[in-house]
Amino acid sequence: MDFDGLVAQCREILEEHPWQEIQRWKEKTGGKAAGYFPVYSPLELIYGNGMLPVGVMGGGNKIEIERADSYFGSFVCSIVKSTTELALRGELQLLDGIFFHSICDAARNLCYVFKRNFSSDRFVEYIHFPQNPSSPSAVVYLISELKRICHVLEEANGRRMSEENFKRSIHAYNENRALIQRLYKIKAESPHLLSTPEAYQLIRVGSALPPEEHSSILRTALEEIPKRRARPRDKIRVILEGSFCEQPPVELLEALDEAGCYIIDDDLLLGRRWFEREIPLDGDPIRALAESYIDRSRYSSVSHDWRRPRSERLIERARQAQATAVVFCIAKFCEPALLDYPLFKDALEREGIPHVMLEFEEKMWTFDKLRTEIETFVESILFD
Amino acid sequence: MDKQSTEKKVQPQYQGKIHQMQKALMARWMAELEQAAENHEPTACLLVAGSNLSMLLGCLGIHQVYPELNALQLAIRKQSLPYIQIAEERGYSTDVCSYVKADVGAFFDGNVSSLGTKLPQPTLVLSCFSGCNVYIKWFEHIAAYTGAPLYVIDVPFIRSGNDPCPEDIDYVVSQLKEVIGICEKMSGKKLDYDELRERLTYAREVERLWLEIKELTKNIPSPYDDYFDCITLMGPMVVFRGTREGVEFFQTAKKEFEERVRLKIGPLPEEKFRIVVESAPPYPYFRTFRDLFSKWGACAVGATYTTPQPPDFLHDPERPLESLAEYPIRIFTNRGLDQRYELLRRYVTERSADALIIHSVKSCRLFSVGHGDMREYFSKTLNIPTLMLESDLEDPRYFSEAQMKNRVDAFFEVLEHKKYLAGKAQAVREGQSGVS
Ligand code: SF4
Ligand code: SF4
Repeated sequence: MDFDGLVAQCREILEEHPWQEIQRWKEKTGGKAAGYFPVYSPLELIYGNGMLPVGVMGGGNKIEIERADSYFGSFVCSIVKSTTELALRGELQLLDGIFFHSICDAARNLCYVFKRNFSSDRFVEYIHFPQNPSSPSAVVYLISELKRICHVLEEANGRRMSEENFKRSIHAYNENRALIQRLYKIKAESPHLLSTPEAYQLIRVGSALPPEEHSSILRTALEEIPKRRARPRDKIRVILEGSFCEQPPVELLEALDEAGCYIIDDDLLLGRRWFEREIPLDGDPIRALAESYIDRSRYSSVSHDWRRPRSERLIERARQAQATAVVFCIAKFCEPALLDYPLFKDALEREGIPHVMLEFEEKMWTFDKLRTEIETFVESILFD
Repeated sequence: MDKQSTEKKVQPQYQGKIHQMQKALMARWMAELEQAAENHEPTACLLVAGSNLSMLLGCLGIHQVYPELNALQLAIRKQSLPYIQIAEERGYSTDVCSYVKADVGAFFDGNVSSLGTKLPQPTLVLSCFSGCNVYIKWFEHIAAYTGAPLYVIDVPFIRSGNDPCPEDIDYVVSQLKEVIGICEKMSGKKLDYDELRERLTYAREVERLWLEIKELTKNIPSPYDDYFDCITLMGPMVVFRGTREGVEFFQTAKKEFEERVRLKIGPLPEEKFRIVVESAPPYPYFRTFRDLFSKWGACAVGATYTTPQPPDFLHDPERPLESLAEYPIRIFTNRGLDQRYELLRRYVTERSADALIIHSVKSCRLFSVGHGDMREYFSKTLNIPTLMLESDLEDPRYFSEAQMKNRVDAFFEVLEHKKYLAGKAQAVREGQSGVS
């Protein structure tokens, strides 16, 4: 299959029948599926126990929020409401459990709303990731937390976790992340050959597939990309910041592209690229995973590491990507991203890096205003 | 009119000795801070949820400032809006926690308190965040703006069950040891564990008294309003927990309230309804908000917001670091909604409340996300009359008095009618069973 066909296929799976893939996997293997809310979830552990990890990333712009509104106040991001709406409509039926993480107060409370309303036939579990990685005790703590999660999985799945399977799973995800990194490398070096909306769909489809299957799609994509005939355009190189949890509609990414931006780097689907380096396979895998979380993970607005402030890392990322500007693409009411913005903004201004701020909602479906805004921004840079 | 009800009428709310004591204590503390600012003495920025660390810092001669208390004071004195706007001009979204914005705005406007006194610049920013993720960012910002070193004590959330697991406590203890190291360096003093134990002994006494005072709200009428009045008691609880003055203050408070129980005096001329309240009040309209309920004779007999002391925990001088670590883990903001529901349910049933009032604070997700679910649970599953109101704790722009008043009035009208019918039914039953 050629590249365009592959992307079209991913889009079709994502938009038309993501659950079919999960159903197919469950029937084929007789295994169980565990959902995970953004951002990072220990997929290595879930898959290592033989469960299929399934990304629960909200309802996008294809569902109408009808009943979930009444569960929450008015000041909450869309993904929290649409995830509840999906559960209320029975669309999460295939999940035998679901994980939420310590990313923000909204997601945490959502977990407990799920516990009360949707836990009769599945487990609902909250994971607290360490927020003080500078303390040597953070690794010790995280090991105990991962062991706890391991028990939850073993209980739900009725099988003990073998070290061998765990390592095999880590290996599968290491490989998967390496392939995703290769896509990002192409995006950075030849952005005309691979647009962000395309890369996004290729990666996102992995949230409903086992890692090996997803990796084979990525491999095909990587083989096909060099065959594409496209010329570099006169666009500015930008990096996207702030879309680590609720995902902007693909149409929004397309609008950015059309408005004259090559998105060189972004934080979309960040959980799939959480580790910057491989998780080591020698030694105790739980320790390796915990240490990787502390020392090998990406920066993000939902994890805190005062050894190196996020502003510093944003600047570094912009420089590495040789980006002309930073586009903040933040979900409405997303407090972690919105609260990081003032410090990011100060740092960018100190460094003289232009930036623009867009607020989106996953459910939005008109993009004209936003496109005009970006066009104006791009022009101001091109003709400066 | 009998003598007692005349007495009640002249007592619109409690104004006993402790009111003066509270003012004096807080004024003394502010004066100390002003002094510290002048002399550039070591000062740590602290959160209310981690305020028990004041005992540790106190032993090392490090002062404490609480940005939250300052934000609260700014709001209650109706000074918060201009500061919120300063922060918004700096890039803070209209949709983020307004406490943070008021504090940041005030910092950039000269770092003065609501009383106009100078606040010391922190030499350490110590975030012990107990469930609110905004706290982490807030303190990161303070550290960035002041240049003071930041230490975030990671407090693992109680994920399930009532008690923290030993690993969580060990984790916080290890971090406390690191904090002690930093503070010792900063102050040039070694931590004196005997002194720490002494402070913890005072704290235990203060906490015991606090919990006993809380129990007094079971009386009918309740001797004080557990929401509006209790907020006054929270200042001394936060700042003077590990001190002799704290013990004296709460001893006096308990005595005063017990006397009121004996005399059957409540904060209102007549206690017609007993309510339990969830979440923080709209501080910029504190008085107005209170009046909406007083008018109906509604007295709060329980509230989550005024539960700074976990009912199942006291500091233990024999386990100094462990109990210092356990406090921020056990506080209710660090527990799931299921446990918050349970706390509220207990308040309603054990303290014979008629209704639950949920004040949903828009910009505080810790409290507000899930309030719709909470209303559903209390009104549908438990059949407890529940009213949900929405505004903000700091931003006056979200308070609509007329709308709020309509909703409160409509709610109590129905409740009054229900009570009337229930009373009538009771009278009929008693008549039938021959009880006169
Ligand atoms: S979008 Fe932001 S606020 Fe909403 S759940 Fe995700 S991290 Fe939390
Ligand atoms: S979000 Fe709520 S608990 Fe957290 S700082 Fe703001 S007002 Fe306080």
